[in-house]
Amino acid sequence: MSPMAVDAAEPRPMASAWAPAKIAAALKDALGTALLALGLAVPILALRTEQNMSNELILQPRWRYAAIAVLLAFAARFLYLVAPSLPSRRRTFTAPRGLGRSLSIVLLILLLLYPVLALAVTGKAGAVKWIDNFGIQILIYIMLGWGLNIVVGLAGLLDLGYVAFYAVGAYAYALLATSDPVKAFMAEWVGAGFWPVWAFWICLPVAGLMAAFWGILLGFPVLRLRGDYLAIVTLAFGEIIRLILINWVPVTGGYAGVSGIPRPSFFGLPFNASDGGFAAFFGLEFTPLYRTIFLFYMIVALALLTNWVTLRLRRLPLGRAWEALREDEIACRSLGINTTNTKLTAFAIGAGFGGFAGSFFAARQGFISPESFTFMESAVVLSIVVLGGMGSQIGVAIAAFAMIGGTEILRELDWLKRVFGPDFEPTQYRMLLFGLAMVLLMIWKPRGLISFRAPSIFLRERRLVRSDMVKEGHG
Amino acid sequence: MTPAPAVPLLAVEHLTMRFGGLIAIDDLSFSAGRGEITAIIGPNGAGKTTVFNCITGFYKPTSGRLLLSLGDATAPADVAALTASGRRFRRTAAGAVFLLERMPDHEIAARARVARTFQNIRLFPGMTVLENLIVAQHNALMAASGWTVLGLLGAKRYVQAEARAVERARSWLDRIALTDRADDPAGDLPYGAQRRLEIARAMCTEPALLCLDEPAAGLNPRESADLTAFLKSIQAEHGTSILLIEHDMSVVMEISDHVVVLEYGCKISDGTPEHVRNDARVIAAYLGVEDEEVEKVEAEIGT
Repeated sequence: MSPMAVDAAEPRPMASAWAPAKIAAALKDALGTALLALGLAVPILALRTEQNMSNELILQPRWRYAAIAVLLAFAARFLYLVAPSLPSRRRTFTAPRGLGRSLSIVLLILLLLYPVLALAVTGKAGAVKWIDNFGIQILIYIMLGWGLNIVVGLAGLLDLGYVAFYAVGAYAYALLATSDPVKAFMAEWVGAGFWPVWAFWICLPVAGLMAAFWGILLGFPVLRLRGDYLAIVTLAFGEIIRLILINWVPVTGGYAGVSGIPRPSFFGLPFNASDGGFAAFFGLEFTPLYRTIFLFYMIVALALLTNWVTLRLRRLPLGRAWEALREDEIACRSLGINTTNTKLTAFAIGAGFGGFAGSFFAARQGFISPESFTFMESAVVLSIVVLGGMGSQIGVAIAAFAMIGGTEILRELDWLKRVFGPDFEPTQYRMLLFGLAMVLLMIWKPRGLISFRAPSIFLRERRLVRSDMVKEGHG
Repeated sequence: MTPAPAVPLLAVEHLTMRFGGLIAIDDLSFSAGRGEITAIIGPNGAGKTTVFNCITGFYKPTSGRLLLSLGDATAPADVAALTASGRRFRRTAAGAVFLLERMPDHEIAARARVARTFQNIRLFPGMTVLENLIVAQHNALMAASGWTVLGLLGAKRYVQAEARAVERARSWLDRIALTDRADDPAGDLPYGAQRRLEIARAMCTEPALLCLDEPAAGLNPRESADLTAFLKSIQAEHGTSILLIEHDMSVVMEISDHVVVLEYGCKISDGTPEHVRNDARVIAAYLGVEDEEVEKVEAEIGT
């Protein structure tokens, strides 16, 4: 968790990093790379053809783009070669005392102050975008990443269909909250105003349990599968759930989805302009911002709950059995560990948190449709877990911040127009840049951002275990 | 050594294991005495590891009975009743009888208290040495943590149980001289230390029967001698019965109370190390000569 912990790909002593011979060699190498880039850039970037009005191809040279690409390639290669790196090849190292804890506290305080900061910096009009699109969006993915981390990172079960549980949670809440029989029943027995206000708080645990139930249901057929085979079956499971949501039109509404989902209330006080609403009750002027801020703190609480449970479980026999299962399933059985139950609990608990996130998602959107639960979502959550460093909680949080925040930030690329000229459309390159960043990250850190494992218990000192000792656990 | 009690700890009766057309074990019967060290030896491919896999539940035997009795000796009539009943085990005030061929592997380890090690070491390489020993105490800790619920709430009972587990792990670490490396990943240990750790991990489950698959393989003579002493101390201090497969005859002859020799899935000799050493069929099996030439060979090697 400290910069000290960053390990080098190759041992290069720091002292010799700036030796003239080394610089010369690096320059030569970088020059070669630049030539290669030039060879590629001239046909691809510099020579652009376009059709004119009379359907003729005309050449539009873009030498500036090519020059920038070549310069970038040169600079990147040169810096990569001369960059000093720590010569650490040890497989364990001692965790700096208290650093992780103080870092977590600072991050937590920043997180809790975030809506206030956003309000102060951008004002009421701009804050909704920053709190909702940026803050809440990232936090949902942090929570999903932490949930999947239990299955993939700890238990080592490669799950490509995690979005199915997210969908189950979302639809469980949406369908229960908008169902006419439930509404009628509640109106008759509890009171007319009860269900729209309290639906979310009652359905949240139900949605989590429902998703956990489906996690166990998925778990049974895949108990004997490992690795790639497990991945394929979970992928299929995710698709089955999505196709059911699309085709079971009488219940789910098919592509049209479910709309008019009740929004969460402030423990009974709805966020609206009515006299019994949140703003009126506290004597504030009504603004939709309150709901956004409340949703933000709610997802913070849900994500922290996921984190707390996971950290706690890692120190319990169940969590240790998950990690042992990732390391060696046969050895687990020889020690009397019931691997069936161990796998099923991993699937169930991981899925349960996915379900919580799903019902929060439905409540935040007010409308859901199967399009929100495509395979792409599973892939993104899995990338967050892998990129973060499998099994590492803080790594997953950083990866979610980088991936989701990064794609959002890349929408704000107007400054690139100053570099590439006014007719350059930066948003077109958003996903391309993002893909490039991921490739580079995985080359730099093949075992994820946090590439070590903190032991769950220690005798004398907590030494971190480098990830190349730890099994990736594909089954 | 202790005199052999009337009912053995483990009785293997008419065990047969077929893999398709291949008969790996053919109608094998032997027993392992309570508190004794029993060695299974034989040439490569004789079916020794298959016997282990049947006893520990990793294979389901084609036919045969694997009877394990804990506590006081159980009357033969009770055993027959249990076999007929279709149940897997029977507990009485005096002890318990298990039919291992009916039980899944993890249940054999958890209930019948049979622990094992593997020919190719199977530690949890990315977990620390201490964690390896704590995972071995999973079932006791699981019960103490109220199947996770109480543990999640931070119950005192679990905290105390975990402290006891660490204490037990620590005492084993002291015995195998790995206390200094307790917080290192198990995969980082040298080979000999990994072998010792695997035995200590199996012992942390408090087994009645410890099955060791070639514990001395890959060890140098000095490490083999240490291992011999370690196994004898386990036998003496914990009363654990040991069943071992071993190719290193110096280890086998020194520590075994009883040796079973297999060849092509059949038992060719059974008895004390002295008896087995002088058995003509054993010598023939190991040296690969015709039966009539055994005498000549015996004369040559001077037995």
